Amino acid sequence: MENITDQRHIMLRVEEKRRESPAFATLFFDYCLAFKPGQFIMVWIPGMDEKPYTISYHSKTRFAITIEAKGLFSRKAVSLDKGALVGIRGPFGNGFDIYPDSSAAVIAGGCGMAPLATLVEKLGKNTVFIHGARSKDYILYPDRFDIQRQFCTDDGSFGYKGFVTDLLKQQIESGRQFDHVYACGPEIMMAAVFDLCEEHHIPCQVSLERYMRCGFGVCGACVCGSQIVCKDGPVFNSTALRDMVDFNKKALLKSGKEVDLSLYFSWRCQ
Amino acid sequence: MTIEFLGKPLKNPIVLASGILGNSRDILERVYMNGCALVTMKSIGPEPRDGHKNPTVIDLGHGMINAVGLPSPGYLNMENEWLALENRSFPLIASIYGGSVHEYQMVAEYVSSKQPDFIEINISCPNSEKHGMIFGVNPVSTHEVVSAVKKVVQVPLIAKLTPQAPDIGEIARACEDAGADAICAINTAGPGMVIDIESRQPVLAFKKGGLSGPMIKPIAVRCVFDIFQAVKLPIIGLGGITTGKDAIEIIMAGARLVGIGSAVRYRGLDVFQKVADEIHQWLVEHNTCLDDIRGAAHRSIG
Ligand SMILES: Cc1cc2nc3c(=O)[nH]c(=O)nc-3n(C[C@H](O)[C@H](O)[C@H](O)COP(=O)(O)OP(=O)(O)OC[C@H]3O[C@@H](n4cnc5c(N)ncnc54)[C@H](O)[C@@H]3O)c2cc1C
Ligand SMILES: Cc1cc2nc3c(=O)[nH]c(=O)nc-3n(C[C@H](O)[C@H](O)[C@H](O)COP(=O)(O)O)c2cc1C
Ligand code: FES
Repeated sequence: MENITDQRHIMLRVEEKRRESPAFATLFFDYCLAFKPGQFIMVWIPGMDEKPYTISYHSKTRFAITIEAKGLFSRKAVSLDKGALVGIRGPFGNGFDIYPDSSAAVIAGGCGMAPLATLVEKLGKNTVFIHGARSKDYILYPDRFDIQRQFCTDDGSFGYKGFVTDLLKQQIESGRQFDHVYACGPEIMMAAVFDLCEEHHIPCQVSLERYMRCGFGVCGACVCGSQIVCKDGPVFNSTALRDMVDFNKKALLKSGKEVDLSLYFSWRCQ
Repeated sequence: MTIEFLGKPLKNPIVLASGILGNSRDILERVYMNGCALVTMKSIGPEPRDGHKNPTVIDLGHGMINAVGLPSPGYLNMENEWLALENRSFPLIASIYGGSVHEYQMVAEYVSSKQPDFIEINISCPNSEKHGMIFGVNPVSTHEVVSAVKKVVQVPLIAKLTPQAPDIGEIARACEDAGADAICAINTAGPGMVIDIESRQPVLAFKKGGLSGPMIKPIAVRCVFDIFQAVKLPIIGLGGITTGKDAIEIIMAGARLVGIGSAVRYRGLDVFQKVADEIHQWLVEHNTCLDDIRGAAHRSIG
């Protein structure tokens, strides 16, 4: 039997807050968290709510989460200052499969940069790294990595004007071989990356987002077809994606009602 | 280890508890493929309901506390789900709840028309202001709601009971008198509370929550024991069942089938097959069978 002990929140104080841009803030905590890139924690702001966030910085003594201010909870989270008390549970989920000596491409869209950041730090210098966002203000960590990065924005305010898939396609068509492609961002973007990879027979891993409650595969809130996003995922590979009929199509609202993904996200971004 | 339940042959005695994963046809099927013989949908309510804010489910190691708060799309908003379930390959229990006798009846009648194999009425959920519980602690209310629902359903009816009832045997008798075909026990125990001492406040957004998992097993065993003495109806026994030996124990208290919920957390999604195999192995080692051990604990005390 898996040896599971008390999983109540570990209460931590914000050690440092970094305003990444008008849209994002990173909260640092001095705590040693056993963790694998792609995993997430449940973050509780007492008196408020609890939501899943990926680990965006990680060292033996420190970790951080990066939050995009969207709804009630995330706006509260980015407003927290040094000393604020939050509870964390986890880490949960599977994380990315990492193959150190292979040739990889990492494709980040918007806030999808956050879970990929610690992955990028584990991959080789020859990794192709493509990062897109709505506009310049939504480019996370513009100066963070050693690896060279190709930027693109929807409005052309930073880097290439267009989509991350345009840049990935150029790379593939120029003859560049990839053993693995990692992607995180809006689901429609990940679906486009996945389709491109399928076309060129490149194994792909993407990280999905669904409404979550327990975080450990019991309550069913995050179910996507036959997959449990918090437990089987949030990272899914090509094999899983091929069978996942709800990928880029359906999601469950908080009530459990199944709706089209567009409705799910438009509703949430109100 | 096939067993019959209300005329339906099952591959083994293992049941998926309501509210555990049962949110889509595909995941129910996956649970079935993982060794579970009979799967229960998440409880369906009269209206769309979001449930409570997080935190809603916390693992305490020896079990969990939850106040999910009966989220439901509402019985009228599940057409795709019913359609997908129409040509299913597995036996299904549809669990329902309401806030009044009328609501229970309305939901039950509609859900019955979608032809699940069984309907379970959740008269035991502690996690909401007004739903369910009252019907599970007062035998007069129990009788009223069970007989009202029985009148409108075309499939066998299971009543799911709460351990909070002062005399659970009496509640089971009220169910039997009102025409219920089986009893499912228990729903979560408590309610309990967990306070975070750093922030000095209850952890669950709803403050109180139901307890489940290994820590409630002795309560579940006692309840099933009392119900077995009180009624003739077949019992689905659950509450903390995590291993084959736990299952044998609750069968000896009187359960015909054995439900599993929280143990998915402790042993993974294949817990159903594991427990089924462990029951089988125990029976072989002891040269006995399910029919012989059911209610065995009653015989020893005469
Ligand atoms: C595995 C995982 C990792 C994540 N990592 C990050 C990360 O690193 N950075 C980041 O910024 N975000 C991340 N997210 C998203 C994050 O959890 C929040 O969803 C996001 O911050 C928006 O939350 P919000 O409450 O501010 O806004 P909204 O989601 O717009 O919510 C507004 C209101 O709607 C409610 N609501 C939210 N979703 C639903 C729903 N599906 N159905 C019904 N009601 C709903 C909320 O309770 C809230 O009151 C991650 C999500 C997952 C699943
Ligand atoms: C997260 C969670 C949600 C639940 N939701 C429901 C529900 O909707 N309807 C219901 O009848 N029981 C619900 N239950 C109770 C379980 O079906 C079961 O009776 C209880 O958890 C005891 O079994 P266990 O110890 O094996 O989990 C829920 C339990 C948990 C842990
Ligand atoms: S959040 Fe509960 S099963 Fe995934």
